[in-house]
Amino acid sequence: MSEADFDHPDIVLEPHGPMLVRGASTIRDAEGTLHRVERPVVALCRCDKSSRKPWCDGTHKVIPRR
Amino acid sequence: MRMPKARGPLSEWVVARLAEGDTYLGGSAPLPADQDDEAIALWTLHELSYRGFEDASDDAERNPVVVVVRHDLESSLERRLRGRWDHADRPNLPAAADVPAELEELVASDDGPSLADHVRRSADVDQVLELLRQRSVYQLKEADPTAWVVPHLPTRAKAALMELQFDEYGNGNPNLLHAHLFAKGLESVGLRSEYGGYVDDALPETLELNNALSMFGMQRRLRGAAMGHLAAFEMTSSLPARKIAQGLGRLGLDGDMVGYYDEHVEADAVHEQLAARDICGTLAEDEPDQVAEILFGAFTCLDLESRVATALFRAWGVER
Ligand code: FES
Ligand SMILES: [Fe+2]
Ligand SMILES: [Fe+2]
Repeated sequence: MSEADFDHPDIVLEPHGPMLVRGASTIRDAEGTLHRVERPVVALCRCDKSSRKPWCDGTHKVIPRR
Repeated sequence: MRMPKARGPLSEWVVARLAEGDTYLGGSAPLPADQDDEAIALWTLHELSYRGFEDASDDAERNPVVVVVRHDLESSLERRLRGRWDHADRPNLPAAADVPAELEELVASDDGPSLADHVRRSADVDQVLELLRQRSVYQLKEADPTAWVVPHLPTRAKAALMELQFDEYGNGNPNLLHAHLFAKGLESVGLRSEYGGYVDDALPETLELNNALSMFGMQRRLRGAAMGHLAAFEMTSSLPARKIAQGLGRLGLDGDMVGYYDEHVEADAVHEQLAARDICGTLAEDEPDQVAEILFGAFTCLDLESRVATALFRAWGVER
């Protein structure tokens, strides 16, 4: 295997899932509230159905896919 | 922690050998009475590689007699687990790039009984406490069995596993370490929090689940199964964690245990992405011969969880 560097994006859109964000310290949600980020990687809800917005809580998995 | 109570001739033999120190000559181990005897014997042997026991010799871990017994018990466990996978309705082997999607399929088609639904809607306090005692066998060493796998992985999967494990270990803050959060949670609901405190109450199904996790973690050969297991575990965590937190609230068991499950709603929504894609997905690409192993591990996680759930529902007389 050649030792080229790997892709390692800070922001990843997961297929049918959340947006992973690495290394953020604060997030402003859609209501304008600021949230402190407590972990190195967070998952932000993109389906709008999470009970913990702005965080993903896995609810996207039970929403039928279009 | 002291060694657990023996459950038959084999575990009695194991406990006696471990207590003797490094001077014993061995002799051969008796046959186990049943799966319970076998499971507690293997659990005890595995524990020598974690925190050990006050009443076992520190030399016991690598004593050749003990290693032979551990090997035989692991072989028999692995045969049983692979037999169940062979009988499962399994998919055709996917291409490496399709492993994350296949994991999603496997998890989505799992129809095992749901302890989380029961806790959310109808469990009573005694049932919830029983569930927490069973869970404590793993949760008080949460993430430890998976830590063994780090050196066995290629570069991308290794970095991703460390990203996940770092979160399990509190991102360097002992107050946020998941096993510590669970220990505080146990105290908040009036249970004991010491490491291994409820092993004597563990059902054979709980022990089998823990033994599989330790065996997958400790053997390099089983790294794919360990990572498949991790992915299925993380992928079936955030939604159930939310239900359990709701059930605890319904029963008035608010406090640190709710905090533990709340933390897992958010953390495992991240972890499931890392585990399925960055760990299992890249491992499958870098080592295509691990594809089948990853799926075997994921199946085994779901299967063992469903066996624990079935055993608890049976013990409670709850119809599923
Ligand atoms: S994206 Fe996961 S809950 Fe919305
Ligand atoms: Fe955790
Ligand atoms: Fe996790």
